[in-house]
Amino acid sequence: MADKKTRPEQGRKIRVLVAKPGLDGHDRGAKVVARALRDAGMEVIYTGLRQTPEMIAEAALQEDVDVVGLSILSGAHMALAPRIMELLKANGQTDVKVFIGGIVPDEDIPRLKEVGITGVYGPGASTEDIVKDIRAAVSNG
Amino acid sequence: MTLAQQVLSGDRLALTRLLTQVENDSPEGRAALADLFPHTGRAQLIGVTGAPGTGKSSLVNQLALHVRKTQNKRVAIVAVDPSSPFTGGAVLGDRVRMRDLSGDSGVFIRSMASRGSLGGLAQATATLTQVFDAAGYDLILIETVGAGQSEVDVARLAHTTIVVEAPGLGDDIQAIKAGILEIADILVVNKADRPGVENTEKALRSTLELAHPTGRVYRHHGQYVPVAASVSLSDNDEGGDSSLKQSTQSDTSLWIPPILRTISTDGTGIAEVVEAIERHVAHLRQSGDWTARERARLESELEALIEAALMSRFREDVSTEKYDEVLERVLSRKLSPSEAVKLLTNGTRV
Repeated sequence: MADKKTRPEQGRKIRVLVAKPGLDGHDRGAKVVARALRDAGMEVIYTGLRQTPEMIAEAALQEDVDVVGLSILSGAHMALAPRIMELLKANGQTDVKVFIGGIVPDEDIPRLKEVGITGVYGPGASTEDIVKDIRAAVSNG
Repeated sequence: MTLAQQVLSGDRLALTRLLTQVENDSPEGRAALADLFPHTGRAQLIGVTGAPGTGKSSLVNQLALHVRKTQNKRVAIVAVDPSSPFTGGAVLGDRVRMRDLSGDSGVFIRSMASRGSLGGLAQATATLTQVFDAAGYDLILIETVGAGQSEVDVARLAHTTIVVEAPGLGDDIQAIKAGILEIADILVVNKADRPGVENTEKALRSTLELAHPTGRVYRHHGQYVPVAASVSLSDNDEGGDSSLKQSTQSDTSLWIPPILRTISTDGTGIAEVVEAIERHVAHLRQSGDWTARERARLESELEALIEAALMSRFREDVSTEKYDEVLERVLSRKLSPSEAVKLLTNGTRV
């Protein structure tokens, strides 16, 4: 009789870093997403406000996360996203999936996908979709 | 290179991956732990526990900062937060208070959720600290919420346990749980700029005198064995500076936890806490308590592993069908639980 306790890989949790890079101070969205991911059974490492790309990459490495969620409402995503992707790669974390939530114009999305961002969510995105997409991204490896 | 060798060579990616393997109790993790075990035993473990809202994370942040500034020690921090018992998920927010430590390559912060691991929270924390120990971290700070027995078990893991209180968190006596106080080596009243700090201190002092055992008791092979102490608490007066009393005490077989005030947001009192930790470590080594605690710690780890192994073997030996059938009989009151145990374990070599 085998169960989750004798097969620990079945109990393996998805670890998600939720970070707010840059100077914008509106974190309600990030907190809503963090709670939704917790309710979906994930472990969310919440870093708080005013994170530099270096701090985000450092946290992602130390916490060995599967996913990084960036909350960007300031419009600085075109500068921040490539920098963060570069740092994650430099640390050897090439499998980490990066999502962006916030204010991102549609025309910027292709460029973001090009630098390796897995998904972009605007205001009004459902947390159910985010959970679903994260699970799919992580299981696809 | 094996994962263990990579960790020993200072590879941080290997280190973080091994921490995950070990937390998930994977076969790879267990193999690496076995390779790394001979390299453990050097690090100093400090537990920081207390109710939510007492400022533990800020305190840990300040302690680490102070150690990094004044001593050439590498610091690892294991920050434990509760998992939801319903969803199994968790929000781990202790890093928010530790931003001062970012960018320092001599610091490694790892957040851990208290989810049901095979041997329990204490076991998972123990194995994580072993990895950090082998990887060369000199000081390991373990931060947990002082809520239940498992947190007390985690505190036993440490050489020095700091219990953090704060004024104004409700009824002062209520906020102090004797079970947690008993394991405290150092008591910190944080947020000491808030009103009510003297009351909190007084309440701690009197509860300490009630709760503090006159000698430490260790569990050995299932039995409790007291370590005799020759100084009784009635030698202490009410009031006065208990930390001052400690330094004049000539008999080193009993450690009386000092009560220290801190303001973790600006670093007030932190140097004194670090100094108290050093005094405690010196006391442990002098009194032989260091070895006794190491022994007790490793013994409880061994027992947790034995229990897990036996349970695992049991689950392999008994089919789900048989188990469910017996459970049904218990449910319909045709069989008592103890009779069920006899049935289920009969014929399995335990």
